[in-house]
Amino acid sequence: MDVRVELPTTEKVKIAVRGLNFYYGSFHALKNINLDLPERKVTAFIGPSGCGKSTLLRVFNRMFELYPEQRAEGEVTMDGEDILSKKLDVSLVRAKIGMVFQKPTPFPMSIYDNIAFGVRLFEALPRVEMDERVEWALKKAALWNEVKDKLNQNGSSLSGGQQQRLCIARGIAIKPEVLLLDEPCSALDPISTGKIEELIHELKTDYTVLIVTHNMQQAARCSDYTAYMYLGDLIEFGPTGELFMKPNKKDTEDYITGRFG
Amino acid sequence: MTDKHLSTQFDAELSGISNRVLEMGGLVESQVAQALYALVNFSDTTAAQVLTQEERVNQMEIEIDRDLSAIIARRQPTARDLRLLIAISKTIANLERVGDEAARIARTVQRLINTGVSSRMRLPVSDLTFEADLAIAQLRKALDAFARLDTARALEVLKEDGQIDQEFDGLLRKLITYMMEDPRTISASIDLIFVAKAIERVGDHAKNLSEAIIYVVQGTDVRHTSVDDVAKAVENADR
Repeated sequence: MDVRVELPTTEKVKIAVRGLNFYYGSFHALKNINLDLPERKVTAFIGPSGCGKSTLLRVFNRMFELYPEQRAEGEVTMDGEDILSKKLDVSLVRAKIGMVFQKPTPFPMSIYDNIAFGVRLFEALPRVEMDERVEWALKKAALWNEVKDKLNQNGSSLSGGQQQRLCIARGIAIKPEVLLLDEPCSALDPISTGKIEELIHELKTDYTVLIVTHNMQQAARCSDYTAYMYLGDLIEFGPTGELFMKPNKKDTEDYITGRFG
Repeated sequence: MTDKHLSTQFDAELSGISNRVLEMGGLVESQVAQALYALVNFSDTTAAQVLTQEERVNQMEIEIDRDLSAIIARRQPTARDLRLLIAISKTIANLERVGDEAARIARTVQRLINTGVSSRMRLPVSDLTFEADLAIAQLRKALDAFARLDTARALEVLKEDGQIDQEFDGLLRKLITYMMEDPRTISASIDLIFVAKAIERVGDHAKNLSEAIIYVVQGTDVRHTSVDDVAKAVENADR
């Protein structure tokens, strides 16, 4: 299916996807995706399990390259630069495009080092500035008040919700341009979820945020644009308010109204 | 809206509330018809019945509104489900107003009877009946369109509203003539002008219902739009 949607001219394109196909071995997981993702906006990807939304997110920071049988064809550019190009160092891509996963993945080290670890890879900050950066990231992720007295404790000693916010703090500590969130709230209680959504809202003043979520209300609440995917196809993409009030495609409508089956 | 939700309970809630709206619609439709019967036959009993029904209509509006809020809170509906619930909210407000108009007519009938007006005065009551029949038919058609979410039928209601307006203008001219010819009919004629206006308002409410139906089905807001433009929008969507 060839869906091509023009963004309003007021939006600047951060990431442009052209003719993207993705394969897990012989399985064709993404089919000719064409999409422009706006800068400093939140774009949500929704769709039933297996529709390719997480796969698409993983293409954006070349996570798939860890697995030899997976390959992407087509073009993904960020600010005009092809991020799938083998010439571009993958760690630079990931420094600009951070990712937070569905399950919290704290490193087996202290809370402080969890945040500082990534920063040290790219910047040599003096201790004071590193302290400030860690505090800033933890505050941004709404975790500071809960961990400020135990920064030396192991990251895995935190609760699931706290661990996830730790991972978000780690993701933003390196000050990426784009933040990929793959089901960031699926393991969180409503209060932590609310904090993360508030955080997403704040983050978009500086970052382009792409979020994959099964929770449609979450997509409706915190995104500016929404893309609906099904079986590897991009079915519909548009401003969130319009998509949830008056989708253009019947497939989209059936999914968001819960008629899918 | 034949497709089913994954949640059969949600389906049941939506069809349940739609049926209640139709029930309320049927009730106000008969209220208007009874109010007119009371006028034509100078029946105090029928007028009183209309006023009793008024309470039931008001109660139904409150109950349906309460159920609407509950569905929105529990289901967080989107797209056409959300549009349906918004439209229902507006529809029941309009139906309640129709009930108010019927009650207004019934009270006018009671006042006419109390002031000694009777059929011997040869007021143009039958012209009012014609206008009322048009309005009731419009209301029924709008409710029918709601039941089937039929935009073509809703469009017919919008197209035909002009007839009631014309009828109202005609009645106004006629009643003015009556008043000039025989000043003793002035008081009763003014009452009848209010009745004619109330009937004309019933037609307007039927029109509002129809606009809400087009909104549910197509997602386009056609209020304050010329009938020709609405017709184009409906026909384009059908294609």
